[in-house]
Amino acid sequence: MKVLETGRGELFLRPDPAADREWLRRNKSWALKNKVMDEKEAIEKFVHDGDYLGTELYGTVRCPMSLAREIIRQGKKNLRVAGQGIMEIEVLIAAGLVSKLDLTYLGYEVLGLSYVLRRAAESGQLKIVEWSNAALAWRLKAAALGVPFLPVKSMLGSDTFNYSAAKVVECPFTGEKLCLLPATMLDVGLIHVHRCDVYGNAQLDGISGFAFELARASRRLILSTEEIISTDEIRKYPDRTIIPYYLVDAVVEAPFGSHPGEMYYLYWRDEEHLRQYLEASREPQTTEEYLRKYVYGVKNNAEYLELIGGEEKLNYIRSLAKGR
Amino acid sequence: MEYNPTELLICIASRQMEDRTSAFIGTGIPMLAAALAKKTHAPELAVVFEFGGIGSLLELLPLAVGGSRTFYKALAASSICDVMEAAQRGLIEYGFLGGAQIDMYGNLNSTVIGDHDRPKVRFPGSGGANDIGSLCWKTISIMRHDRRRFVEKVDFITTPGYLNGPGAREKAGLPAGTGPYRVVTDLALLGFDETSRWMKLLAVNPGITVEQVKENTGFELIIPDKVEENAPPSSEELRLLREEIDPGRLYI
Repeated sequence: MKVLETGRGELFLRPDPAADREWLRRNKSWALKNKVMDEKEAIEKFVHDGDYLGTELYGTVRCPMSLAREIIRQGKKNLRVAGQGIMEIEVLIAAGLVSKLDLTYLGYEVLGLSYVLRRAAESGQLKIVEWSNAALAWRLKAAALGVPFLPVKSMLGSDTFNYSAAKVVECPFTGEKLCLLPATMLDVGLIHVHRCDVYGNAQLDGISGFAFELARASRRLILSTEEIISTDEIRKYPDRTIIPYYLVDAVVEAPFGSHPGEMYYLYWRDEEHLRQYLEASREPQTTEEYLRKYVYGVKNNAEYLELIGGEEKLNYIRSLAKGR
Repeated sequence: MEYNPTELLICIASRQMEDRTSAFIGTGIPMLAAALAKKTHAPELAVVFEFGGIGSLLELLPLAVGGSRTFYKALAASSICDVMEAAQRGLIEYGFLGGAQIDMYGNLNSTVIGDHDRPKVRFPGSGGANDIGSLCWKTISIMRHDRRRFVEKVDFITTPGYLNGPGAREKAGLPAGTGPYRVVTDLALLGFDETSRWMKLLAVNPGITVEQVKENTGFELIIPDKVEENAPPSSEELRLLREEIDPGRLYI
């Protein structure tokens, strides 16, 4: 297959499925082991300086915020980040921990642009490689398939392609041009789920975003969960398990772990807190003050939940969640 | 009946969609346009959100394209790969887009103004826009109409329109028969010439002149001999928008 074009963006990690196979065989376990730990231990153990890290879902929805805050407290540096997350990625950038970003979209939709991204990009501090939403998800899918790339019909002809690390080839079957997306096998993935057991068998409610793909494209996978349920309960509904335990390295119990984001059927986005954050994020100094208060100023998720308003606030956002 | 510019945009955008088809919807105006279409001429328009919501009734207006309201009372709560792959297989008819800049071939920029690595302004980036613009059959862009946005050349092609002219999409490898279909602005409704792929004025909005459209466009538009005038929002359209679709006035 002849390569016709190559995007000029940096490929943060060369796909190497053969090495991944070896690594996964050596490091993943089918043993039913209790993986419950607190967020401090999970981040200490499984996130390292320089890691290639990814998060799921998107925007201010089902985002692993409690884990992101712990990464900031532990000051894990020089992270390469791939993701469609908004707030959890933005706070990592705001804390100065991200050196390179596989970016598709970072903004707040109807609430406007990201001040943090603007400062980081316009100052040239943050190295950004462009992708589309589907491209990032399909790159994870390629890694989940155990192959080095996936051919697609998106991104062709655009500057999004030109500033990506994708390639264009001629299809050996049809002769048409295809965009090849390099597989992304992350060092560590973070996913916030509705429930799982102590081994990490996890269930999600609502749209599954790209949790299925990211869980299978992460060497290490940390789950934070709204609740831990019994394995008997999992066995009653095995059809609901979209992330089976052998993919999982740590289970962190984190009720309201997506705050200020929403969690389908459980609680609604905390508009008041989100707007407060966005206001603070306008200037570096106020951003720093926000982080000092809400991230560095608390030891863990439980303290954070007290700080943002405790039971009263949590009941309120719970009352706004729509049922079925 | 009095109406505001957002209400006009929503009404004109909603009239572009046919019944019993599918549309990729983003938050904001496209969502309201789809909701209005469903309540008027296109009750079986299937709305698809890029993170997996399929067939929502849009009874509650989503704040985020991955938010819970994108699949409230929907027909399926699926995944990003599933819906993007449906578009890649040719199943999604319309896709809605927007951006900071658009050029005469309908290329869109929502990434940067200035140099990519040291931009003057950094915008959010493609998100699903590039996929929608690459894979949906017909894309509809919703834009504010002024010379800063309607430019000769976009700083960055985030989402491909007709690129640099006839045949360019196909040459780049994009699926045949896809591309920009309509541009809905506060001044006019625009389309694209079948042969040259240049942007073409189709109709002006109520009270707007062809001259005003030209003055606010930073490139030469094709102006046909006869330019229609868009009908203003009807009282029924406005009632639906204000009382049923967005009673909390979140967007309008």
